[in-house]
Amino acid sequence: MLKDIQSTGNKDTRSGFGDGIAEVARKNSNVVALTADLAGSLKLQQFIKEFPQRFIQCGIAEANMIGIAAGMTIGGKIPYTTTFANFSTGRVYDQIRQSVAYSGKNVKICASHAGLTLGEDGATHQILEDIGLMKMLPGMTVIVPCDYNQTKAATIAVADYVGPVYLRFGRPVWPIFTKVEDFVIGKAQYFSEGKDVSIFACGHMVWNAIQAGIILQDKGISAEVINIHTIKPIDEEAIITSLSKTRCAVTAEEHNIIGGLGDAVAQVAAKSIPTPIEYVGTKDTFGESGTPKELLKKYGLDIPDIVAAAEKVILRKKA
Amino acid sequence: MPELKDIASQVRRDILRMVHGANSGHPGGSLGCADFLTALYFKVMKHNPAFDMDARGEDVFFLSNGHISPVFYSVLARSGYFDIKELSTFRKINSRLQGHPTTHDHLPGVRIASGSLGQGMSVAIGAALAKKLNNEKNIVYSLHGDGELDEGQIWEAAMFAAHHKVDNLISTIDWNGQQIDGPTDKVMSLGNIRNKFEAFGWTTLEMNGNDMDDIISTLDKAKSLVGQGKPIGIMMHTIMGKGVDFMENDHNWHGVAPNDEQLQRALAQLPETLGDY
Repeated sequence: MLKDIQSTGNKDTRSGFGDGIAEVARKNSNVVALTADLAGSLKLQQFIKEFPQRFIQCGIAEANMIGIAAGMTIGGKIPYTTTFANFSTGRVYDQIRQSVAYSGKNVKICASHAGLTLGEDGATHQILEDIGLMKMLPGMTVIVPCDYNQTKAATIAVADYVGPVYLRFGRPVWPIFTKVEDFVIGKAQYFSEGKDVSIFACGHMVWNAIQAGIILQDKGISAEVINIHTIKPIDEEAIITSLSKTRCAVTAEEHNIIGGLGDAVAQVAAKSIPTPIEYVGTKDTFGESGTPKELLKKYGLDIPDIVAAAEKVILRKKA
Repeated sequence: MPELKDIASQVRRDILRMVHGANSGHPGGSLGCADFLTALYFKVMKHNPAFDMDARGEDVFFLSNGHISPVFYSVLARSGYFDIKELSTFRKINSRLQGHPTTHDHLPGVRIASGSLGQGMSVAIGAALAKKLNNEKNIVYSLHGDGELDEGQIWEAAMFAAHHKVDNLISTIDWNGQQIDGPTDKVMSLGNIRNKFEAFGWTTLEMNGNDMDDIISTLDKAKSLVGQGKPIGIMMHTIMGKGVDFMENDHNWHGVAPNDEQLQRALAQLPETLGDY
């Protein structure tokens, strides 16, 4: 039951990253951390305290950081690069494309402050295109965990997962509602069984999707809420299984509806089970300054927006 | 073993025949760097043609200016990384010898893709840092075009290498004064690049990259400077197109293949010392 899903506390997902990398570094001596002058924002303090020799400060030079990370894999290191999502992707796309993805290097690109919930810094920092950029690269795995625990779990899991990974998380304090042990790369996470509509969400929007599911339940609509934390490779089987029951879907993501989770789900649906889909995400626009809450409301990513999208897509299905 | 200059002559023949066979590619810079790469792979570097990506206990070379892939492929094949017959597949469909080097097709000897310029110094620094963490005493070498210094990432890397005392790195700049659109002085003035690297905190050396004795003695000097707290930069003067009189010092041969008649004229100037592939 969706109503039984309780928040056990509140924490930022980036702290899950910081705690996760310190933990995995204790077990795996090949893990190294690089940053482009954002060690504090990415919560690397504990890692630096325990492993000063394995911490590499690159200064405000992200392109160089990506290249160094690629080079460090030659010799068996597992480099985690850290900066904001915008500077982790768009700023260094060609470096990632050639030196990491095409070269098949075992680099973990860890990106904080993704999406609108970065808040007051505004659109220069609120990248809403990064999932699309990264998932288009051949061989790149894209993971968008939903809370502190899941971010910690993903940070630990990617060390043993050979190949380039893009790990996206954020800045705001957010409810904690998953268990660390429930995370498996590439495996969708179910929060409820439903028959009327599937809600596929990732990142911070998973909590909003659960809250929307509860409201829908009160309206007599049975929603299947599924966390697609791994956008690539996507869990096609979970999506097809759910759609074959519900025959319609809503996708919810803190990203442009062009290129993100919605596109990925729609591609699976179009190939296997053509289905009406409504997209909750930014509508081909840049963000702006504001509090996370204000921004999610203004750009149509709030809980009522998911509820409205579900009701709309159910009507479309019936038509 | 044959004399280094004789190997370099064969490498130059390989370059010309590969580029002619593909009817595309970059002969100018390849010919200019043939002596340097021959010296590295046949004398200077400690390396194992039974290729291992991680290169534990080996010196490593990164080609940052990937467009001079013909000279890289020839030297790799001639030093035993793969059969010289494979050189005939350069730039052709289903080949491991892509236009620009790649790890994608698992060609032995290549450890990173290059082609999009400016990235190789960062990669070389990363490999050098990994060697330090692994307590390996080996040296990481990289080669860059002078035109490539237009890219900002090179200077990010140069600053990093000095700050972090990456003193197991020897980066060489092919200072031939030419890039695709013309002389570097006309396209984008480089100024005194040796002074620039010095200002960034590097130890620098200068050599004639088409004089084998000078190459060997300068690389020996560079090796003696390893472990002294500074990255080492070699400003290498070369002649684009070196070894073929009608190609020398002409930027038009940066990325153009010779025709049949030009190939014959060029090969006539270069003794076949090890047997053509």
